[in-house]
Amino acid sequence: MNTKPDAAAAADALTRRIIPCLDVTAGRVVKGVNFVDLIDAGDPIEIARRYDEQGADELTFLDITATSDGRDLILPIIEAVASQVFIPLTVGGGVRQVGDIQRLLNAGADKISINSAAVANPELVRDAAAYHGSQCIVVAIDARRGAADGTAPRWEVYTHGGRKATGLDAVQWARKMAEYGAGEILLTSMDRDGTRSGFDLELTRAVSDAVAVPVIASGGVGGLQDLADGVTLGRASAVLAASIFHYGQHTVREAKEFMARLGIKVRLPS
Amino acid sequence: MNTIAIVDYGMGNFHSVARALRAAAPEADIRICQEAQEIDRASRVVFPGQGAMPDCMRTLRASGLIDAVLRAAREKPLLGVCVGEQMLFSRSEEGNTPCLDIFPGQVRRFTGPQFADGHAADDAPRLKIPHMGWNRVRQTRRHPLWNGIADDAYFYFVHSYYAEPADPALIVGETHYGLGFTCAVAAANIFAVQFHPEKSASDGLQLYRNFVNWAP
Repeated sequence: MNTKPDAAAAADALTRRIIPCLDVTAGRVVKGVNFVDLIDAGDPIEIARRYDEQGADELTFLDITATSDGRDLILPIIEAVASQVFIPLTVGGGVRQVGDIQRLLNAGADKISINSAAVANPELVRDAAAYHGSQCIVVAIDARRGAADGTAPRWEVYTHGGRKATGLDAVQWARKMAEYGAGEILLTSMDRDGTRSGFDLELTRAVSDAVAVPVIASGGVGGLQDLADGVTLGRASAVLAASIFHYGQHTVREAKEFMARLGIKVRLPS
Repeated sequence: MNTIAIVDYGMGNFHSVARALRAAAPEADIRICQEAQEIDRASRVVFPGQGAMPDCMRTLRASGLIDAVLRAAREKPLLGVCVGEQMLFSRSEEGNTPCLDIFPGQVRRFTGPQFADGHAADDAPRLKIPHMGWNRVRQTRRHPLWNGIADDAYFYFVHSYYAEPADPALIVGETHYGLGFTCAVAAANIFAVQFHPEKSASDGLQLYRNFVNWAP
């Protein structure tokens, strides 16, 4: 049995992951921009199944419900999807306490993404990782270029859907969250989100090089080359996108075939 | 009746395992078990595990199910998954924890210059820890649980430690992540995997189906 180190990463066959992101509110999957003009995108199970068939490596469900009353309506969706789609499921949005995490895991989520609550109470991440294991705790970071003290090029962490500046440096925050037990960092560039101009590759690379845990790049995907760049130039372990898949611009399989042609390792189900 | 007991000692993704088993084998009676008697009565047993090894071993001991698991390992088809695979070995480097010692060998952490340490940000890309995502499984030996699954098929992994069997004859599957490591072992009525079949799409369900039909 060969246990000698291979030449750096050359011999590892770990694939780069493609993760479609589905927005959920009041128990339905919706398409929409900036919380307005939400369009019902159809049956969540059917959508999840379609992405699974296309070869999605994981699925992320983002609960964009504004009130805590509506929040638990995501649970039946997760239960239904988890009974029929056998790939990892991440759920994020409005997770505030350890009890929220337990409910989502019981419903069938494999990973829980924590954003604002981690900033408000970093110990939540430590406790959750200690109790449930790092493998199911994802810390989501929304970052915007430019620091409070003006030193460039740095990125500041924002919470509450990008409305609240925290004064935290995104790279240092990512490092701290990994030390607290986050198993993965979901990194969104607010500057690029919705622009379709590609990931903030400098940000992605800075965070990816700063932490030992995998980084998922998010925000700004407009085409297939952007996904590839996130992996090669940004050194992300996974790339997350919504609109290019939801609007039928590309299938997940097309994205993977494109990346495979560039020599990026991807899982192409037969 | 084919009754399958999923050992619920308080740590692990037994709900995910149950969902996948129900999809793979709708005719089987799948039970999440917290009682030793139920495990003793089942025709086969799935032993999952997730989280830190010291916590897994401590909660397994506290659950009072450890003897039932050891009996199952002697008597009937048993499938170990993730930390459930690692626990079958003698000892883990994670918290220097003594394990069940059914298989001689150690559970080791991914270490070496090829792995990211989280602090050095030199120019060479390093391998992330945990090893998280879809990776190929080389079937180093034929086994009924590989039936219908292509060699080098992709399975979903999430782990920072891996088992290193003292006896190479136990090895039935191998994966590369910075180094070659054992990802599946088998002996007599036991089969155990480091990856998560319940999260590995159709090939994972096929493995569960093979387990349900396995007659060692």
